[in-house]
Amino acid sequence: MTTIRQKLGNFGTFEVLALTFLLLYPLFPVLDWGLDAVGQSVRLDRQLVNIFIFGLLALALNIQVGYAGLLQLGIAAFFAIGAITTGVMTVEKYPFQFGFWGSLLVAPIAAAAIGLFLGAPTLRLRGDYLAIVTLGFGEVTRIVLINLENITDGPRGLNPVPEPWLPVAVRELLQGSGGPVEGTLKTMYYIALLLLVAAVVVFTVLEKSRLGRAFVALREDELAASCMGLDPARIKLLAFAGGAALAGAAGCLYATNLTTTAEPNTYDFNYSIMVLCCLIIGGIGSIRGAILGAALLLGFDNVVSPLVTRGLQAVIGGGSDNVLASFTNWKWIVFGSALVAMMRLRPEGLWPEARLQSELREAKDIAEQSQEAL
Amino acid sequence: MDTLVQQLIIGLTNGMVFALIALGYTMVYGILEFINFAHGDVFMLASFLALTLVGALGLQQQTGMVFALELLGIILTCAAFAASLNWTIDRLVYKPLRKAPKLAPLVSAIGVSFILQNIGLFWGGMPLKVFGGGNQAAAPKAFPDLLPATNLLGPNSHLTLLPKDVLVIGASLTVMAALYGLVRFTKLGKAMRATAQDPTAARLMGIDVDFVVGATFVIGGCLAGFAAVIYSLYINTVHYQMGYQNGLYAFTAAVVGGIGNIPGAVLGGLLLGLLRALSDQFIGAQWQPAVLFGVLIVILVFRPAGLLGSTAREKV
Repeated sequence: MTTIRQKLGNFGTFEVLALTFLLLYPLFPVLDWGLDAVGQSVRLDRQLVNIFIFGLLALALNIQVGYAGLLQLGIAAFFAIGAITTGVMTVEKYPFQFGFWGSLLVAPIAAAAIGLFLGAPTLRLRGDYLAIVTLGFGEVTRIVLINLENITDGPRGLNPVPEPWLPVAVRELLQGSGGPVEGTLKTMYYIALLLLVAAVVVFTVLEKSRLGRAFVALREDELAASCMGLDPARIKLLAFAGGAALAGAAGCLYATNLTTTAEPNTYDFNYSIMVLCCLIIGGIGSIRGAILGAALLLGFDNVVSPLVTRGLQAVIGGGSDNVLASFTNWKWIVFGSALVAMMRLRPEGLWPEARLQSELREAKDIAEQSQEAL
Repeated sequence: MDTLVQQLIIGLTNGMVFALIALGYTMVYGILEFINFAHGDVFMLASFLALTLVGALGLQQQTGMVFALELLGIILTCAAFAASLNWTIDRLVYKPLRKAPKLAPLVSAIGVSFILQNIGLFWGGMPLKVFGGGNQAAAPKAFPDLLPATNLLGPNSHLTLLPKDVLVIGASLTVMAALYGLVRFTKLGKAMRATAQDPTAARLMGIDVDFVVGATFVIGGCLAGFAAVIYSLYINTVHYQMGYQNGLYAFTAAVVGGIGNIPGAVLGGLLLGLLRALSDQFIGAQWQPAVLFGVLIVILVFRPAGLLGSTAREKV
């Protein structure tokens, strides 16, 4: 017991407060009330579910990029595989329905199996080649999902994905618990939050475990790590499959939350890059950073950007044919500038892991010194 | 048989364009070892400039000598524009990160690519006649068909060989020959090869590495600007996301050929173009990206350094 407490020791007051706030939010959506008061409605409770799911996906990529140092540019493929598996296992089109819980079990297994299949022959490639292979795999997956219309219903997506089954007592508790948020949304809200918290706890423990230290050793110096008796191929494959599995689980949540597997084009290269951006903005290798990045990115995309657009159009008048008038159209300039500025000013991310931060600082100091010397 | 030959012609012309873009990726990678994700978007912006100039000069109405001169002028302007854009990006964004960990320039390049795409979107929204008055910024823009659509093999032939096919192949080959000459026989080319092999040793030999890197970006930009005009004349559409799609293919071509290797990029481009045409014909256009990237993965599994790449171990 004490060891677990020790391992979780770095959860401070902030984490406890944040969790309490999030647990109570559907009952007291204070931020939504505040926005309603000024005549705006963005449904933050809905956005929070998306942020939880995106946060899980960012944590999945963090295993591969952050822990094991594998530059993976196709995480959306495993997310899509999770979503489609869920669709196939739940919709009425097929003679079998396993429901949400069944697919939550199978979707990660399917994604991990495909991850192993891709990773086994390709993980020995050096960094940039691996990046392009995973990028290519992401595109292949997307195209296959569009074209296998018999199985995936192509661009329409499989739907409706039913909501999760819950014991009657729990369901009544959720529906009867009051507050302005409807029952279905609350179910997804709490399931996603629960999984996110579970993932955070697991990763915090993992970081201090033998495997977690093996990941770091491998990322820092593959040659030295293998001289110490670690098997790089096995550990990399484990990280790759683990990340794929978690991405699959996130995909399962995504499809259930949307009630459809969505158009396969949703899971394109840009989606993978967005997840990578979460890690970079938050801090690569950092659990808190990944979640912060997800919150910032989705928050900007789905909350701030529509609000600013509405504000802009109220000021200049609704010129719908003027591209500059809609703030949504500025989105990529904002993201792009943020990435460029981050790399220049704070390459370790907003909420970095201590070890990486000190390394990067050191590298920067050395670089500056050598520049002065020249 | 006719279909096969026809597809080979299409594949060859497409492959030439891929090769031109791929050269820009591979030259930068050869020296700095990073994927310049923004390269495809420099290509895209140059296409927008080409369309703007075509509209401003009223090139559709011109004929004869005036037409040829103005077209040449547009090509040169677009090449100069793309070259200076590429050079500016390098100085402002990548240069301060030369000594940073490898992920930093890569991520910055993705950021620059986002910014350029957004600029492309706004550019397409300019109230110009060629852009359809700017009403739909995100819609693909029609690039006027400037070259005559007469079949060079005679009107009764089963095969079609249009003047634009000849233009693409001829012009691309000329440019590639010029590039080969530059890299192989000039002092700058020698400096580039030396820097690619070992930047530190090159610096010790008195080579101005910063200048060489700048020159690489300028040459890569020139090729992208040139490819932009050629591509727009050939495909007749300009779109703000065309840089992303073609950039991805071109980068794949560079990797297939062995990244950092100049003949490899041309070989990879041609291979990809041919493969694309054949898969469109015999498998179906909707499977195109899956076939191309599938082949990429298979090639990398069996030849991890690409077709012509050297299999040197990563330095410890």
